Amino acid sequence: MIEVTDFARFLSRWKKYISFFRLRFSMGLQYRTAALAGIATQFVWGFMEINVFYAFNQSDPAAFPMGFEQLASYIWMQQAFLALFMTWFMETEIFDSIMDGNICYELCRPIDIYDMWFARSVANRTSRALLRCVPILIVAFFLPAPYALTLPPDALTFLRFIAAMVLGMTVTVAMCMLVYMLSFFTVSPQGLRIIFAMTAELFQGIVIPIPFFPPRVQKILELLPFASMENVPLRIYSGHISGGEAVRAMLLQVFWIVALVAIGKLICGSAMKKVTLQGG
Amino acid sequence: MIEMKNIRKTYRVARRNAGFGEVLKSFFHRDYETVTALDDVSFSIRDGETVGYIGPNGAGKSTTIKILSGILTPDSGECLVDGRVPWKNRIDHVAKIGVVFGQRSQLWWDVPVVDSFELLKDIYSIPPDIYSRNKDELTELLDLGEIIRTPARQLSLGQRMRCEIAASLLHSPSILFLDEPTIGLDAVSKIAVREFIVRLNRERKTTIILTTHDMQDIEAITKRIILIGKGKILLDGDISDISGSGDIDHTVAELYRTYEI
Amino acid sequence: MMKRENHKKPHKTPAAKLYLHYISIQIRSLMQYKKSFIMNAMGQFLASFNAFVGIHFLFMRFHSISGYTYGDVLLCFSVVQMEFSLAECVARGFDSFSKIVRQGTFDRIMTRPRNEILQVLGSSFELTRIGRTVQAALIFAYGTSHAGIEWSFSRVLTVLFMLIGGTGVFSGIFLINAALCFFTLEGLEFINIFTDGAREYGQYPIDVYGKRMTRFCTAVIPYTLVQLYPLHYLTGRSDSILYMLLPLAGLFFLVPCYALWRFGVRKYKSSGS
Repeated sequence: MIEVTDFARFLSRWKKYISFFRLRFSMGLQYRTAALAGIATQFVWGFMEINVFYAFNQSDPAAFPMGFEQLASYIWMQQAFLALFMTWFMETEIFDSIMDGNICYELCRPIDIYDMWFARSVANRTSRALLRCVPILIVAFFLPAPYALTLPPDALTFLRFIAAMVLGMTVTVAMCMLVYMLSFFTVSPQGLRIIFAMTAELFQGIVIPIPFFPPRVQKILELLPFASMENVPLRIYSGHISGGEAVRAMLLQVFWIVALVAIGKLICGSAMKKVTLQGG
Repeated sequence: MIEMKNIRKTYRVARRNAGFGEVLKSFFHRDYETVTALDDVSFSIRDGETVGYIGPNGAGKSTTIKILSGILTPDSGECLVDGRVPWKNRIDHVAKIGVVFGQRSQLWWDVPVVDSFELLKDIYSIPPDIYSRNKDELTELLDLGEIIRTPARQLSLGQRMRCEIAASLLHSPSILFLDEPTIGLDAVSKIAVREFIVRLNRERKTTIILTTHDMQDIEAITKRIILIGKGKILLDGDISDISGSGDIDHTVAELYRTYEI
Repeated sequence: MMKRENHKKPHKTPAAKLYLHYISIQIRSLMQYKKSFIMNAMGQFLASFNAFVGIHFLFMRFHSISGYTYGDVLLCFSVVQMEFSLAECVARGFDSFSKIVRQGTFDRIMTRPRNEILQVLGSSFELTRIGRTVQAALIFAYGTSHAGIEWSFSRVLTVLFMLIGGTGVFSGIFLINAALCFFTLEGLEFINIFTDGAREYGQYPIDVYGKRMTRFCTAVIPYTLVQLYPLHYLTGRSDSILYMLLPLAGLFFLVPCYALWRFGVRKYKSSGS
């Protein structure tokens, strides 16, 4: 009996995700011009970023912590799948509903808030990434030698990369969920969001990839949940981490997913209690 | 004196089919469809007249208002407002007219209304004595007493509309365009707005051009109506001649049916 | 009720006074949302702090880039940040102009007896950018001591010119963005390449990105005139007075931007939004 209801719940969650995904994907398709502009922007971004590192590499090649081709792949994959890992890419609608108390209406529906927002965030990110990644990947692949996106060394690496990317996006969403949930308890959700986004930007390796931090800082950063977002899949893809190291990094990702979801659900429970007691 | 002679205005609307290829194609070549918003429109309005400008949505009402207020240039035809061509010298022209867009606000949202008035004083370069006289008078007539010390975003729709009208009159315009000024207002505010407009016309001799879907507005404020449909003037005349003694809503519905608009 | 007025030869409120009046309204409005203002200013501060940390760590590792030292780059970084945030603060109305067109606010602007550009400039004043400006000023101070710059009258003047010219060039791009809104409201995000992109990648002197990029940033959009060349004068790489004056020449960029704007306004008058 228990197994059957669990399965039913799993199915309903999956359905929710699918319907959110379809909604967002078709909405995204309507704004094609915006998507094209976004792709162009990300392409220039990646190009400039690679150029900076190229210049640094010229001035001291020995200090460069990875192969230059690896870095180029890292940057292109980062630009192509930006939407999966960006922390400022959170839903204003959710913050608004928390602030103005409209969250009460959501509570009237027979669904779990945490699950629903989680599915919605995943749908948001995947639909957006899917719409935008292909042109960037194709163009980056055909660029001249050191700037080009290269294929991963073998199929196993590629499979690991896919798995790590799914895990990394899940960590990102779980982190964002934590911020939504904490918003119920803070006077300024906006401030919380800004501080979170800025911290993540630095610690997850968007400002500069984690291997470029000083070694001691790097050791600490790699243990934090931020490093389990894009850092792991991008470095696996480029071949910068492999073998046992890659497996360990993915296990850490799993650990963070379990921990973050558990904490998130816990806070969600007390947030709901707070809403029902105080009326938002 | 407002004179419009054979005014014609068309828009070009780009057409393209769905699909990515079509987007790219439209980048280089576009198919346009011409939509005629005003087709040979002529009328004249004397100083101090009140005119109700009516017609269904998309008939060309706001295009006319935009031409008269210097926002749009027509394709052909002549238009003189107190001897000025509205679109030729925009700044001189708009200094002497007032425009109220019923569905949009011209007040600064987060500051007390009176602060907006002060800024309008500088925008329109209103001399201090005229400004304070106008402000006091409008405050009294529109019953704005405490209201003008409140930020616009905290006002009810009716309160805000009264402030919008006051804001459009601070510089003593000789012509006032009102685009759906009573839309969404409660009965009390509607009556207050109507009574004020009537009084404004009677005492300041301000020329009033009013577009509205509320026939009670027309009945209360104007003597003359101009009916526009599909870009053409269909009827221009005294309201009592048209409606006789019947109910005005029915009369207008009858008109729309007659002209198939 | 009093009679209609016929103002003969009315005096006109000076544009500068009117502009200040607009700004004072904007600031009073802002103060209605103090908490949000502080948060946003803080966010701006943190964003440029992150960029600084990035540069710092990269220089701990590499020590120099294309012959520029840590101090040189900090100088470049902070001046570009200041130029950009000043432009954003002042010309924000053009940066977010699509909203003005979409909401029909431009019709209202056209019914007021004042220059349209003055009204758009007055419609918005992004004081939150103060967070970034403060940060940039601090880094500027730190950077100059690091770069060991010997201050002279002409070098102070160069910095001043860079700020004026840079604010002008960035405002020009915002003006282009606004002018394009008269033609289309779709896909204008690509302008970000020249605004946010220039701020982000203008951290480093432009010749770091190679010769072709330097040429592009001189001939098409004159970034080098407000960044690379005056920086060479500032750091003693060049003694040419020309390099000191180039930022002011960058202001000529505003001429085509303004022409495009006029063209857009004319298009708006003939076809509406």
